[in-house]
Parts: sequence; C-alpha cells; structure tokens
Amino acid sequence: MISIRNLSKNYEEVQALKNISLEVKPKEIFGLIGPDGAGKTTLMRILTSLLLFDEGEVQVMGKSPISDYQFIRNHIGYMPGKFSLYEDLTVEENLSFFANIFGTTIEKSYDLIKDIYQQIEPFKKRKAGALSGGMKQKLALCAALIHYPKILFLDEPTTGVDPVSRKEFWHIIQQLHHHDITIFVSTPYMDEANLCDRIALIDKGEILNVDLPENISKAFDKTLYAIQCHEGNYQLIKKLREYTHFDSVFPFGEEVHYTDARATDIESDIKLYLEESGLTSIQIRKTASTIEDVFISLMNKN
Amino acid sequence: MEKIIESTELTKTFGDFTAVNKITFDVKKGEIFGFLGANGAGKSTAMRMLTGLLSPTSGAATVAGYDVFTEQEKIKKNIGYMSQKFSLYNDLTLMENITFYGGIYGLSNTQIKERGEKLIERLDLGNIKKKLLKEVPLGWKQKIAFSVATLHNPKVVFLDEPTGGVDPITRRQFWEMIYEKADQGMTVFVTTHYMDEAEYCHRISMMVHGEIHGYGTPKELKKEFNAQNMDEVFIHLARGDQYNLK
Amino acid sequence: MDRLKGIIKKEFYHIFRDKRTLLILFGIPIVQIVLFGFAISTEIKEVKVALLNQSKEVSSHQLVNKILSTSYFKVDEILENEEAINTSFKKGRIKAAIVIPPHFEEDILKNKEAKVQIICDASDPNTGTQIGAFLEGQIQSFLYENAQKTFGSSPPIQINTEIQMRYNPELKSAYTFVPGLITIILMLICTMMTSIAITREIETGTMEVLLASPMHPSIIILGKVIPYLALSFSIAVFILFLGKFVFGVPILAHFGLITFEILLYCLVVLALGIFISTVAKTQQLALMISLFALFLPTMLLSGFIFPIHNMPLPLQMVTKVIPATYFNIIIKALMLKGATISEILKETLVLAGMFVVLVGVSIKRFNIRLG
Repeated sequence: MISIRNLSKNYEEVQALKNISLEVKPKEIFGLIGPDGAGKTTLMRILTSLLLFDEGEVQVMGKSPISDYQFIRNHIGYMPGKFSLYEDLTVEENLSFFANIFGTTIEKSYDLIKDIYQQIEPFKKRKAGALSGGMKQKLALCAALIHYPKILFLDEPTTGVDPVSRKEFWHIIQQLHHHDITIFVSTPYMDEANLCDRIALIDKGEILNVDLPENISKAFDKTLYAIQCHEGNYQLIKKLREYTHFDSVFPFGEEVHYTDARATDIESDIKLYLEESGLTSIQIRKTASTIEDVFISLMNKN
Repeated sequence: MEKIIESTELTKTFGDFTAVNKITFDVKKGEIFGFLGANGAGKSTAMRMLTGLLSPTSGAATVAGYDVFTEQEKIKKNIGYMSQKFSLYNDLTLMENITFYGGIYGLSNTQIKERGEKLIERLDLGNIKKKLLKEVPLGWKQKIAFSVATLHNPKVVFLDEPTGGVDPITRRQFWEMIYEKADQGMTVFVTTHYMDEAEYCHRISMMVHGEIHGYGTPKELKKEFNAQNMDEVFIHLARGDQYNLK
Repeated sequence: MDRLKGIIKKEFYHIFRDKRTLLILFGIPIVQIVLFGFAISTEIKEVKVALLNQSKEVSSHQLVNKILSTSYFKVDEILENEEAINTSFKKGRIKAAIVIPPHFEEDILKNKEAKVQIICDASDPNTGTQIGAFLEGQIQSFLYENAQKTFGSSPPIQINTEIQMRYNPELKSAYTFVPGLITIILMLICTMMTSIAITREIETGTMEVLLASPMHPSIIILGKVIPYLALSFSIAVFILFLGKFVFGVPILAHFGLITFEILLYCLVVLALGIFISTVAKTQQLALMISLFALFLPTMLLSGFIFPIHNMPLPLQMVTKVIPATYFNIIIKALMLKGATISEILKETLVLAGMFVVLVGVSIKRFNIRLG
C-alpha cells in the first residue's frame, strides 16, 4: 500500500529523515513510534503529498506523491497532529464542509462514520471550538473518513490525551479495520505499539526497527532484571550505577530495569551487592523486555 | 514530617459549574506527588489555585506555609513552575534565560552566575551556553527548563506534563533529576499522562469530575482497585468499568 | 461548482461569526465617513474673522456687508486697535482679520486707490490661502459694484477674473472624501481581510487538511475571495449612497461603468491580498503588511489627502505603483465629471495590468504543498 525506499529529507541544515525504507501492507494498522522531533510528522506529510523530499522513492497506492498528488489526495484521509477543523463552525457545518470538499455527503458516508459520529451527534449544533478534547478528535476523525479513504493517516492522534480517551480512540481505530482501511498512525507513546499490527521505531530521522510488535519486544538481546527495594528507586539506581558490572539501569514503573555486563545468571550476586550497600527488602526477578526497553537500547546503540 | 502543601475542601466554581469540588490532600516535604486526572477533570484549575494564579471559592489551603487566599504573592516567590507548553524563551540564549529567571526570583547577580555555571556544568551544556534556545533539542530543553525552574531552590516545584513527547531515555533522565531534587528535600508536584510515570511518584491523587477519587501510594491504589498497573487504576476510576478494553 | 459553493458558504460563516471581522468590515467605513464628513472639514464655511474698521465711513460698512453677504464668513470680533489682532489670532478663535484703514472712502473717491489689509492664519496653509483668495474676491467685486454706483462706469483699467470652480462649485470636501473613502476602504477590506482569512487557515492548520484534499488550491482561494468581493462591492454601494443622499455628491457617470470600475479595482486589491498571504505566514504579519506597507501609503500617497503633483519626485514614483492612485482618478472622474470609458482608459488599463501581474505572481507563489 505504501512503499518507501531510501527516503531522505532535509530542512536547510537539519536532516529530518535519513535514508528511510518501509513497506506498509494493505489493511494493516501500521504504527510509527518515536519521540517528538524524530521525523514522524515530516514522513506523514511526505506520504500525504504535502511535502517534497530530497532523495529516494515513495509510492502510495502505487502512485508518486509528487506527480500523482491529485490521485493520492482523492483517496487518503489525513488527520494532522494539531486540531485542524474550523472552531467557529458547528460540528455539523464542519462535517458538511468536508463532505462537500470531497464531493460527497454525510449521508453517503454514514455507514463508515456512524459509530464515531453517534458519539458526537448530540452536540452537532455546538461550535467545534466548544467541544472537549476527546470530542474534537472524534470530529476530526469523522472529517478524515468522510470520503471512504483507502488509507487513513493519523499524526499523533493521542498526544496530550488522557489514558481513558487514548483507549477509546484506539478502540475506534481498531473498529475501522473492518472497513478495509489501511491505517498509518504515529505516536510518541511506546505502550500503544502493541495495539498496531506492525510498527516502525523512529528516532532522529532514522528507522531503528520495523517488525511485529511482539517480535520487536523480543529483540532485546540481554537478560533484563526488574528490581525493587524498600529505600526507593532513586537510591537503588544510584547503587546499581556504582556496581562494577553495571551495564544499564532506568526506572520502569514501580521497579527499575537493570542489565548486567555479564551474561551469566547473577541474580544472587546483585542482591548481595545491594544488601551490602545498605538497601533492604530487595526483590529481584528476570522480566520480559517491552518495546520501551528495546527502544532505549536501540537509542543507546545509535 | 513537615507538610508543604495542605488543602482542605478547596473548591473553585465558575458560575454554576464546579471545576474543583472540596479537594482535601497534603504533600509532605521531599515528596514526589503525582496529580493525575483525565482532561477536564479539574487538574489545571486546582494547580492554578495552588500556584497563586487563581483565587479559590471556598475551603482552605496553604502552600509552603502561605495561604492561597491571602498570600498569593508570597506563594509565587516560594515555588517553581514548569510546563510543557511554556517555560523558556526560544529567542534567548541559555545563559540569558537563566539570568532572566534568576532575576525574577530575586537572586543576586553573583548567585545567578554561580548557580548558572553549576547548572551548565551539571547538564554538560558548556558548548551550547551561547546558543539560542530554539537550536537546542527538545529533550535537553525540558531538562534545562526543570533546572531553571528550581534555580532559586523553591520549597516546592510544580511540573505540568513536563515530559510530553520526550524520548524514553530523556524522560528517565528527567525523572532522575526529579528524584535528586526530592532527595535534597524539595517537594515535587507533577502532572503526567504517562501512567508508568505515575508509578515513579511517592504518592498520587487522582481527580475525577473535580473531586479526588483516588489518593495514596501507587502500591496502595493498585491494591485498593485490584489492578495490575496504574493504567488500570486510572481507567477504573475515570470511567468505571464502562470501558474495559484490555 | 457545488464545492465552490460550499467554500463560499463556509467563508460567510467565518465572517458573520467573528465580531472582529464584522467590526472591521462595517465599523471602519462608518467611522471614516463620520470623521471625514463631519469632523475633519476642509471646507470654507462660516469662517470666523475679526474686523478692525478704522474708517467708519459708509463705504467701509458697505464693504463689510458685502463680505458678510455670503455664508463663508462671520464676524467674530470687532477690534479696536492693531495690537488686538495678534491677541485674537493667538486665542485661536479667528482664521483671518480684515483691516480697513482710516480715510478709506476718501481714498477711493479722490485717489481712486484704497488699501485693505487681509491677514490670514497660515498655520494651515491650504485653508489660509483659500480664505485669502475668497476675501480678495469679495473685495474686488465690492470695488466693481461700488465704482458702477459712484462713477456710473467701471474702473478705468480692470481685468475681471472670473474663477469657476468646476465639478465642485461650492468646494465641498465631500466631493473629495467620498471617492477617496471608496478607494481606501475597498483597499483595506479586500487586501487586509483576504490576506488575514488565508493566513488564518495556514496558522490554525486547516490549510493542511484542505491541501491534503482533492480540492484544488485555486478553488479554495476563489471561494475565499468571492465573499469579500461581494461584501466590498456592497460597502462601496453603501458609501456611494451616503455620498449622494447625505453629502450631496453627484454620481454623473453611467452606473454600469461605475460598477465595472469598482469591480476591477476590487479584483486588483483582492489579488494583492492573496499575494500578501503567499508572503506572510501568520495573521499578525499579514495584518502588519496590510496596514503599514499598504494602508498608510495608500492613504497618504494616492492623492486622497495630499495632491500628488506637489510631492517630491521619488514619492511621485511610488504613487505610480499604488493601485489606489489610479482608482482615485477613475472614481473621481466618474462621479464628479461624468467621464466615459475612453477618458479613463489609461487608468483602467493600468489597473487591469496590475491585476494580471498580481494574479500571475500569486499563482506562481501559491504552493500546492506545505513549506
């Protein structure tokens, strides 16, 4: 559905995308995961034909976003990171306007958007500017879907949104799947990776890894320990950093995640060291790595 | 232990809308206190009252020993504040930002110079000292903003979603900075949308529709709501079991 | 076509829901008309004069009566001595003083030569000169009538200058400011409002969504321009109406021609607005450019306030690239002189040329993509 080969994009002196290659298959939810400034929006804009690029080959639905931008624009839905509807128009007016732009009507698209639209329909006479954050998002999503797009591009739809609204939004995205829509979504939240079919990790303009989420989390090549102690994580991290065999340590939820420079089973060694350092009630266990662990280790390697 | 923030039935109404409804909680010295809640639950309003930017309607609260009704100016002098949206001037250099904020909080020129140098040395920023802040990567900016917000050694620092969009490594480095300040006795009051970060806090309050519905250590809360992680606690509290999308 | 209609409809929603826009659209014309029509008057009307009549003879009284016979002058103060003239001027009550020397009648009868001194306040040179000339005219005609009565014939040598104030016989300022206001206000509304309306979409990010849609950008722009064209045209008609019925300014040319020229000018300034929006990326910048780079120069240099031929050459060159300069000539000629197309062909062609160039440059600059 989308094919990117050796894509590079520069803004004056800044290299926003460095030699990126990706394939997105039809009907999958493809997640582009990385922090702010990684190049997510730039890539999104290139794919939606809104930005030109310097090198490489890009095809969206088999067409070039440079020469066949009209075709692409007819068949994609795009929801930018910032709320981009008219705040002074009502919910209904906004939707009719976008339906009109795409030469369709709300009624014709009702089947696709009804699950989402029904949630905002009670407020259809309200100005978009007066909606809550979650409602605005649903409206923007309806607008992006109004013409039955083949690919839906969502640029950080959950940024700055509370966990409940995030869950709801992902639920909606997964429902859309049944309508044969390919979804290309970006997010800075690592925990959303598991909700995608396939993901690409991106940082500083480079793709760190592309795979199924479960394969990526397995890609961690060291034994990962989850450790807790009574004195709290800060003391624990400090002590672990001073340890001779220390490799990496960082807070992770209520525990800290630690890797050791040695490959052997060393749980008791670490426990002993920490106890000697004056920490108490130490709990240590091996744990499965998450995407965040992998992302951190890949970033460190770079 | 000394209480740095103490709030008793603090309330704020706008017309007939109650944004914050009788919230009662306290934050102790050197504590990292997570202030959580869905968008629109009343977090920002509560935070504005505690930072002296908004007068409460009723109830009582003190911050750093000062009354939020009558001593707002004194509160402002004794707290630090940093938000994701606005913290530093992009068109000033690092040192100019430091000088400006130091000046606002009444630090002497020697103090500004001394602490500024120390900050730059600690964050290893010597090479970008003279650069405009807009040329500095986001992750660094957030760390700088935190250091600047605590330059005047406030008793309590308020952080409003300080790590939004920051990469996971920087996020953790940021939290280590928070831990360090708390270890030195500074109180940290923080809001976040990352639920794993909620677990980094010593204690948490969770706001729902203007009220505090959850209050305690992450462990206590997880036990209370029979949840695996803070995410589940949050969902349980914010929407009940209505949306169970695990 | 339906799509265009949708955009136009949406644009009207924006306009009518934004109090600021409405204020600019309708507030500015009204405020300007009130200011120019009632407050800032450059007309000679009931000008207060002081009179120092040292003669106190019949002729001198006749002269005074002659001067006061029109509505242009009004005696504010009768002075007793020359020192009082200065005091009177300094108090700022009078614009001119008339001094009739002693023996005025005797001088006329015996010497056939008399002196009358007119002292004008020239701190406002235009008004000063105008008042002086008016008074002189009145005195000349008094002299002429007096000679006829006394001697039964005209003075021996006399050139009777007859000054005709054509196209504005009463020198009413409304004759200049009504056409001038149409010029300025159309410029302000079309240029400023369109450039702001377009940059607002860029700033709020809605342009990004529009660009990602199959709608061609030119239709988006067209949809934004048409509402402003309609509004500016109706405002122009409104000012014309006020000019005719409140201020009594004639509209002599053919209505069709006036409509055509107004539309042409609107198109030029709309294109200018579009051009600005391709340069400025924020509303604030668009507003600054419209106000400081366009509105002020247009106001000062289009010939509306200061005559162009009195300007230093470099400024005269500047006036040549301002569309308003040409339209100001056109609209005045149409309203006051009843000009036909052949008489304003040159200016019309210049405007048309400007339109083609501006649209061309804007199309070239307008991006179908971001950045």
